[in-house]
Amino acid sequence: MSSSTEFVKHEVAHHFVDAEQEFDSAKLGMWTFLVQELLFFSALFVAYAIFRFLYPEMFFEAHKHLSWVMGGINTLFLITSSFTMVMAVRCAQTNQNRLTIINLILTLIFACMFLVIKYFEYSEKFHHGLLPPALFTGEGVAPQLPIFFGLYFAMTGLHGLHVLIGIGLILWLIFRSVRREFHADYYTPLEMVGLYWHFVDLVWIFLFPLFYLIG
Amino acid sequence: MSNEHGNYLTNPKGIWSWLTTVDHKRIGLMYLLFVAISFALGGIFAMLLRLELFFPGQQFFTAKEYNQLFTLHGAVMVFLFIIPSIPATLGNFFLPIMIGAKDVAFPKLNLASLYIYVFGAIFCLASIFLGAVDTGWTFYTPYSTTTDTSVVTMTMGAFILGFSSILTGVNFIVTIHKMRTKGMGWFRMPLFVWSLYATAVIQVLATPVLGITLFLLILETTVGVGIFDPVLGGDPVLFQHFFWFYSHPAVYIMILPAMGIMSELVTTFCKRNIFGYRFVAYSSIAIAIIAFLVWGHHLFVSGQSDYAAMIFSLLTFLVGIPSGIKVFNWMATMYQGSIELKTPFLYFLSFIFLFSIGGFTGIMLASLSLDVYFHDTYFVVAHFHYVMMGGTVIAFLGGLHYWWPKMFGKMYSEFWARIACLFIFVGFNMVFFTQFLLGAKGMPRRYYNYLDQFQPLHAFSTVGTWVLGAGFFIMLFYMLHSLFRGQRAPQNPWGGLTLEWQTSTPPSVHNFDETPIVTGGPYDYGKEDAHV
Repeated sequence: MSSSTEFVKHEVAHHFVDAEQEFDSAKLGMWTFLVQELLFFSALFVAYAIFRFLYPEMFFEAHKHLSWVMGGINTLFLITSSFTMVMAVRCAQTNQNRLTIINLILTLIFACMFLVIKYFEYSEKFHHGLLPPALFTGEGVAPQLPIFFGLYFAMTGLHGLHVLIGIGLILWLIFRSVRREFHADYYTPLEMVGLYWHFVDLVWIFLFPLFYLIG
Repeated sequence: MSNEHGNYLTNPKGIWSWLTTVDHKRIGLMYLLFVAISFALGGIFAMLLRLELFFPGQQFFTAKEYNQLFTLHGAVMVFLFIIPSIPATLGNFFLPIMIGAKDVAFPKLNLASLYIYVFGAIFCLASIFLGAVDTGWTFYTPYSTTTDTSVVTMTMGAFILGFSSILTGVNFIVTIHKMRTKGMGWFRMPLFVWSLYATAVIQVLATPVLGITLFLLILETTVGVGIFDPVLGGDPVLFQHFFWFYSHPAVYIMILPAMGIMSELVTTFCKRNIFGYRFVAYSSIAIAIIAFLVWGHHLFVSGQSDYAAMIFSLLTFLVGIPSGIKVFNWMATMYQGSIELKTPFLYFLSFIFLFSIGGFTGIMLASLSLDVYFHDTYFVVAHFHYVMMGGTVIAFLGGLHYWWPKMFGKMYSEFWARIACLFIFVGFNMVFFTQFLLGAKGMPRRYYNYLDQFQPLHAFSTVGTWVLGAGFFIMLFYMLHSLFRGQRAPQNPWGGLTLEWQTSTPPSVHNFDETPIVTGGPYDYGKEDAHV
């Protein structure tokens, strides 16, 4: 067990009265930012709802082109990565720096695995020409099929971008953890990236049934 | 450590210290510079438009060039000027000081917002040279997905600018919640701060929807999404719904901070406590909430259902209530006050006059039967210019004149400031009151040509832009004169009671030498131990 004295001491920024005010501000800021993220995705979900309501048969037809096994595995990856993320925060709170780093690396691996599977899924769609309207060359019964893939690529693509940003943030956290910057008295960045990561996870939890599990 | 207590303008010195500053005051000033340049640019576009309209028929520009000009005027004025105008400049500068904080909650994020703004602005300006957009600032599909102009570059710019606005909103919300000094309860905050809070809420909740809408539009014009394309079974009206879900609340992003400035001006220049503090504060929040429920009034003739139109019409009328509360409370504050007709207060009076006209014509346009007739005529153009320019810009100028001495430590020429205010007020009414008449007579908006019978009114409106332009030129002149040759400003030239007047002029780097402790309301005029 390492004592907290071995850690890098955190300096409260000059414009805050104390560490508590600093932490509370960061937390409120992150939540406000996540509200913004929610609204950012919302229009896509509204569009999804409208077109699924308009063309239910087309959506049913289209979802057969997606592999629920791959989607399911990815769901497991993300849920597990959320768990390891929580553990990373927890370990920082109890000054177990080594475990913090291990959990962060695990989170990173799961996130990368998610993108690897996504890559295979996307290349399969490219192969069959099941793409957004301008590039669509696939075959399908319903004439509105390109809309499904327009939405699929817009929504999972944007989510994928968020995963990619998450990977960057986790790398940054690993870097700082190695420098022993996070401990019981200061773990704000861990907690904030954690919140972000859970949000990204949550978006996928909605995307998975909406696209893969229709019918 | 001498830096910490020096004047923020000169400590530290050098251009690099400005570009890398995290001081909210300096960031506010840099925003002010960019916003002023954008306003001048948008203004030049407007004057060119009006010049074309002096006579019917083609004068200086072809139909397409005219379309590009009014699009650029709208896009520059909305995205580059008016959205950041008050919150990012005066808000950035005074919000922390007014609540007794040393800075906003996230100073680095604040600087990032500024750079994101500049980055987005580069895209918008680049689009002018890559085949300027001719869709109108609303980018309605399906035209925007089929025109050969640079829709992608312009919308990309607006998309990026959106994030600047969102991050400013996040920063302000956290600052107001967490950074208030000792004794600064919610109901001791100056009303400008309340209005910035309401604005920030809209910025955070509405702007991302614009972001995703423009993102979808960019996708639609490049790889396609299909949801706006009727050929594939998509719906172009959906774009209008998405667009106005942001862009109507955005109107309140523009007007709410202006209303906040009005509350500051009326108390200081009448030396009276605001009439109905809580009503004015809550009405800002009420406007922010109703803002999200009225977007459908832009779609009365776009083919939305009659029931939806009726409900949107009713909800739109509701906006009149909190707005009315504010106007009546300001009037009541003036009653028995000792009124000083200084320049900022002249802008206050202009605002009351112009905003009332803008507001009442808004009620007219919210009525279904009238809107079917007025839709897409100059009546609508006149209405929103009365609110946006007569409201927001006038308030911005009022605020700028009010806080100028505090920001720069220099006084401006009161005489010339009054002259400029007169020019602007008269010029503005010449330009836009005329357009109410034109609209009522049936002149449609966004045409470079018109029937001969409209010529006298069009010409009169164009002459108005010259008067208006002259007003701004006078202002530019005396403001520059003030910066270089102005008299030193005292700490509190108007006798204001809010915290920014209690600190040195210009403020020190950390705003206060000693953290203030608040013991009373922000406008306790006539009380012995007012405020701090």
